[in-house]
Parts: sequence; structure tokens; C-alpha cells
Amino acid sequence: MKATPRTVESVEVIKLDGKITIGSGDQQLREIITNAPNQGKTKILLDMSGVTTIDSSGIGELVGSYTTVTNRGGKLKLLHLPAKLNELLHVTQLITVFEVYENEQEAVKSF
Amino acid sequence: MDRDGERIEITISSRFENIELVQVIAEHLCENAGLDEDGSHWIGMAVREAVANAIKHGNKLDVRKKVNATFHLHDHELEIKISDEGAGFDPATIGDPLNPQNLMKTSGRGIFYMKTFMDQVRYSFAPGGGTSLVMTKNLAKGTGVASSKV
Repeated sequence: MKATPRTVESVEVIKLDGKITIGSGDQQLREIITNAPNQGKTKILLDMSGVTTIDSSGIGELVGSYTTVTNRGGKLKLLHLPAKLNELLHVTQLITVFEVYENEQEAVKSF
Repeated sequence: MDRDGERIEITISSRFENIELVQVIAEHLCENAGLDEDGSHWIGMAVREAVANAIKHGNKLDVRKKVNATFHLHDHELEIKISDEGAGFDPATIGDPLNPQNLMKTSGRGIFYMKTFMDQVRYSFAPGGGTSLVMTKNLAKGTGVASSKV
């Protein structure tokens, strides 16, 4: 998995590309999200448009990321969910947990 | 090739990078049987979860231990068996990920996804060790999350 961060109006927009699966990308995502609040980045928007494959471990890391950021007083939101990831979040009812946006400007303003 | 009587078998060592090999076989078998891309993907995902569990929880990442996968397609009925060399577990101890108490847990969704994408999921445990998971799916009934259980 590749993560490309950029800052937009104090929001850390992180574009994720590739796989978030067991043994490939799941731990990487955890490290990125754990380090962000340490660097003062508490508003995090994960752009998921480039995620090609995700499994239950990847979903678990998304949940863990949400909890980590929230527990440190921050917010984590999702942008551009691929259809299959959207379905995986729906069937597990996690879609009720995450704020999901299709428009980056709108997402950034929501923080 | 006789699609209705097709049988494929693969044995892998317990490495996460081998999961995709088994997943790809599942997806190709489904696509060759006439399933669309989405339907094949969800079955491939169920296989991915099963193999990941066999490697991680069954064989405890011991690369000397093997995971065996067999695919049998007969009369549109696909049966997939994933076997490991682990000590087994009690499926009743796996919590429901939809339970509000479990919603924010970082693990415990693999079996749920398998049950969502497949018609039937059952485990058997060999007396001397080793767990076998058998999943079935009727490919004629349609697949995918939207068309089956949700």
C-alpha cells in the first residue's frame, strides 16, 4: 500500500493506493494513523479511491484507526469509497460509524 | 474441460503472500462457470478470509505447516474446502460482529464475511489435529451481498 499525505486547510488528506490486506498494508495503515496525532495532525481524511483490495484485517485497521484518532480528540473521515469497500462497511454496519464523503471540499469543510 | 465436474486442488505453505494464489483460483473458476465479476469477487473474498484464518489462527504462521484448498464444481454447486494443520477452535466462541458490543472491535469479521458471501459454512475438526472449513455456493442462484443475505 502507498500512502500520499497532503494538508488542505489544516486537514491531513491521506490518499491510500493498493491493498489493505492481512500482511500487506494493514500494519502500515496502523503506523500512519498512530503517528499522525503525535505530529499534531488530528483531522484526518482518508481518500480510499485508490484502494484496490481490502479484507477483514484491513477493515479492522480502519476501525482501529478511527478509535485511535477519536481517543486522541481528533476526527477521521473517509472520502471516495470504492463500491466493494462500501458494501463491506454496509454488511458489517460500520457504515454507521464512519462519516463518508464523495466531495473533497465538502469533506474538508466538515471538520 | 467439463465445467460441471471440475475439481482443482492446491496446497500452500503458511505465508500471507500465498493467499492471493488461492483467491485467484476461486475467482477464475467462478468466472469460467459464467459468474459475473462481482459474484466471483465475493466468493474470492470468502476464500481469502478462510485461507487467512487457516494461516494465522490455524497454523499460527508456521511456514512448515500447509494449507490445502480444494474446489469442486458440480451442477452449479461450488464446494470449497480449506484445511489446515492447527489445533482447531470452538466456532461458538466467535462473537457476532453486528452486536453493538463488538462493532468497534478490530478483528472477528472474517467468518461473518464468509457466511455473508456463501450459502453454507461449516467446520470439522480431525481428532489428531487439523481444521477443515467447507463452504458451498449455488452459482445459479446469484451471488454477492445484495443478492443473497442482505
